[in-house]
Amino acid sequence: MSLNTQASAEDILIHINNVNKWYGDFHVLKDINLDVKKGEKIIICGPSGSGKSTAIRCMNRLEKYQSGEILIDGILLDDNVKNLEAVRKEVAMVFQHFNLFPHMTILDNLTLAPRLVNKMPRKDAEQMAMSYLERVKIPQQAHKYPGQLSGGQQQRVAIARALCSNPRVMLFDEPTSALDPEMIKEVLDVMVELANEGTTMICVTHEMGFAKQVADRVIFMDDGRIVEENTPNEFFDNPQNERTQLFLSQILGH
Amino acid sequence: MNNVTMKPPGQSGALYWIRENLFSSKLNTVISAICIYLLVKFTIAVVDWGILNAVFAADSTACKAASGACWGIISEKYQLIVFGTYPRDEQWRPLVAMVWFVGLIGCSLHRSFWKLWLIPLWTGSLIGLGVLMWGGVLGLSYVENTQWGGLPLTLLLAVVGTVAAFPLGILLALGRQSELPLIRIWCVAFIELVRGVPLISVLFMASVMFPLFLPEGVTIDKLLRAQVGIILFTAAYLAEVFRGGLQALPKGQYEAASAMGLTYWQTMRVVIMPQALRIVIPPTVNSFISTFKDTSLVLIIGLFDLLATAKVAITDPSWRAFYVEAYIFVAAIYFVFCYSMASYANNLETDLRKGEQH
Repeated sequence: MSLNTQASAEDILIHINNVNKWYGDFHVLKDINLDVKKGEKIIICGPSGSGKSTAIRCMNRLEKYQSGEILIDGILLDDNVKNLEAVRKEVAMVFQHFNLFPHMTILDNLTLAPRLVNKMPRKDAEQMAMSYLERVKIPQQAHKYPGQLSGGQQQRVAIARALCSNPRVMLFDEPTSALDPEMIKEVLDVMVELANEGTTMICVTHEMGFAKQVADRVIFMDDGRIVEENTPNEFFDNPQNERTQLFLSQILGH
Repeated sequence: MNNVTMKPPGQSGALYWIRENLFSSKLNTVISAICIYLLVKFTIAVVDWGILNAVFAADSTACKAASGACWGIISEKYQLIVFGTYPRDEQWRPLVAMVWFVGLIGCSLHRSFWKLWLIPLWTGSLIGLGVLMWGGVLGLSYVENTQWGGLPLTLLLAVVGTVAAFPLGILLALGRQSELPLIRIWCVAFIELVRGVPLISVLFMASVMFPLFLPEGVTIDKLLRAQVGIILFTAAYLAEVFRGGLQALPKGQYEAASAMGLTYWQTMRVVIMPQALRIVIPPTVNSFISTFKDTSLVLIIGLFDLLATAKVAITDPSWRAFYVEAYIFVAAIYFVFCYSMASYANNLETDLRKGEQH
């Protein structure tokens, strides 16, 4: 089961090797290769339809890939249900549309996975949930329902909920794209804090200021390929690929 | 609280409401006047016929002389209509059973009773009700279930029909969306087959065709066969109702649940079903009400439900003329039960929505 192909001395958490994916005839991911070390912050950007969301969703198998391999902490992601269960405990995801459960209180949203997946007693789970709610600065909302919160608050709850499963990797799929502009900052602030605490993060986003601030590496995808991969300074100041240059001029230009 | 607003002066009170809502324009005034006139006429006619000129004593000659309704038929025949051919001296048994049953349902519908001990309570109650109705033990005389009839039979068929159909409907709805092709095909085939035929033919099959396939000497109780027919029929309809609820949920709910590592059944039980079922409360209640009324079709296989016993009651030559009153009586009983279901569902919906609104 555990196929440590690469040097584990380097503490590689995510190993993506030559992954390809098709939707029908549409080749959506082409030869994706990526290694993410423990504690690394990776930003993935690119035009819409470039496959960046699909790529990140392959990392917890919300999407299947047809060839290549993805290893999370040495566990191969394939049709093996045991492996999938193990990976889902290690990888948490924050979605564009929050995807909180509207019929449960905030506290119940947070304690669900710890109680059902990790079999934690309710009391301990609630204690942990409260501590994470304090970290995202909304403990006073614990007994409300998601529908009573603003978008920014909901996304902070979603981040706290993801943290509650004690993941080794946090995936963010365009976490601020569905938010009103005045709420983006409160969510990014929480994410910056997480990054500073050493959380391993992979984040699909167009927030370039955030990328500059926290990223160890920025990855640019276009047409299903990783076109460019560099440190944020090099990436923004000295983009090599002409598609990257065009993309950056478009989103930084306005 | 900023939703407390001051009303402008002179814009409240009954008179203001009447002027604003009934007589705000010429057309509105005309419509209101016509409606009020018809309402008054109708009420007078009903009171005249149903109360002032009505006969309440069980006296058929007095009834024939009167111009109003003859409620005497109800006083005379209510035991037959309500309890069917259950032995007269033993009719306290179905009465107790019904009160118990309705009380049990009433308790089960209240949210504070939604605990696990409902399951043993129901199991125990159903056994107790069986003992009470059949007898043969504890000094109760044995009453064959072919003698059951009237309201207890209708309640039994309807309530057991819906309660058993509910989980079956959920499983069918989930099966129809399953990724396993064989399960999906079976569920689709069952749902479409059952929905494609009228209930009356399902009952007919259960009562006439099904025994032909049984080996010699094996018989299955007719009431049980009818009950199973009603359960399967209702389940097929409920499955489609539930499917509507499942499809109304955004994909993100499934994704969030599986991303946090919940299993399929955990996801369904905790995340999906509570939301999906809430969405489909109105059509579900619609199905329940249909089932309740459809139980009257068991007449064709020789079971005497509430409507059938009323029909039997008016075959008595001296009361034959007063079938309208008998049907009104039965309709009123149906209405009480169906309307209770509808208003319970309304309350439940408001209740569930209250906590979560923006």
